[in-house]
Amino acid sequence: MSDALTVGGLVHTFDGRRALDECSFTVPAGSVTALVGRNGAGKTTLLRAAAGLLTPDRGRVTVFGAPPGAASLPRIGYVGQQAPLYRTLTVAQTLRLGARLNPRWDTPYAQRLADAAQLPPAAKVGTLAPGQRMRLALVLALGKRPGLLLLDEPLAHLDPVARTEAAGALMAEVAEHGTTVVLSSHVVADIEGVCDRVVVLAEGRVLLAAEVDDALAGHYVAVGGPGDLAPLDGAEIVETRPDGGGFTALVRIAEPVPAGRLSWHRPTLEEMLLGYLRGVSAR
Amino acid sequence: MLFRIDRRSGTAVYVQLIQQVRQAVRMGRLRPGDQLPTAREVAERTGINPNTVLRAYRELEVAGLVEPRQGSGTFVREHLPPLPADVAELRRELAEWVSRARHAGLDPSDIQALVTEVAAEQEAQHV
Repeated sequence: MSDALTVGGLVHTFDGRRALDECSFTVPAGSVTALVGRNGAGKTTLLRAAAGLLTPDRGRVTVFGAPPGAASLPRIGYVGQQAPLYRTLTVAQTLRLGARLNPRWDTPYAQRLADAAQLPPAAKVGTLAPGQRMRLALVLALGKRPGLLLLDEPLAHLDPVARTEAAGALMAEVAEHGTTVVLSSHVVADIEGVCDRVVVLAEGRVLLAAEVDDALAGHYVAVGGPGDLAPLDGAEIVETRPDGGGFTALVRIAEPVPAGRLSWHRPTLEEMLLGYLRGVSAR
Repeated sequence: MLFRIDRRSGTAVYVQLIQQVRQAVRMGRLRPGDQLPTAREVAERTGINPNTVLRAYRELEVAGLVEPRQGSGTFVREHLPPLPADVAELRRELAEWVSRARHAGLDPSDIQALVTEVAAEQEAQHV
């Protein structure tokens, strides 16, 4: 499978603070990748760099083998957190604008998506509910028929019904056109069943970049009493938490170490991701 | 058939899909020859990745429960392998155990938690 997006050694600094710190990972074509991290972890900066909207201090980005720029731009659909919509335009005017701005615009497709989202053509963008605005932003991004869709917190601020509908529209697009999707989120429940791959970002660094199933197979949770931590010496402990008198630890390990009273279980996706996110803040 | 996905249950989504098809077949809601919804339909309705749906369908196919038909979708198989003979026996033993557990003061969710934990422990030992 070819790669839709490759990021190598990306470094970017804002006001002396490293927003991205040697970020490297690849996104295979046709996959749905979650970019997970707490607020301020660098998710937005990374997506903007991938979209070519920000030039990083160092490192390289390639989209379908080409550096960001005029050649790759038509192949990238980007929806930022502030969806770039004009509040005073109507839905129909917004779609016409999309057609003018994008050389590869697919008018019938965009119209079909807008109809499926039940967006009233004459309604002003400013009067739309947040869920509808998100759907319109998604229609604008998809109307240009991108190969790579970059979405910054697409499901935030949506109620559960709008969330399921928006995710449904997105996944139908994946099913129909094999579009590669990278979406950022800090809601772990949004990722289960949606994403094949996960990239965990903390303080600008990539802690984990893997296929979800491989990542789950490579981690165990160890639960033990006081003093049981010793057999784990040398293992890669992602996070430990006190648990009663003992502890619960997320360990990156292929096989459990049979030792003392340690009990082992496989983590759920949520356990694993939370372990990574908490492990960093505890340091 | 409509899938109900619980993202907070801790059970992987593709496993939930498999369990629901199995249960629907067992309860007769899905009959031999019935078509399962396409990956695209499930994706659109539930917002889960079509690859997740296809993966669940592949595992159901390996288990002999469903079969793909060229170009037309995935169907419940006509001649399903009968359940192993000792299922009735296992069920009877489980029923006895459950009533003991109830007597010991466990409620249904305690019982489920216990079963899940024991199964997970054994799985961890087997892998």
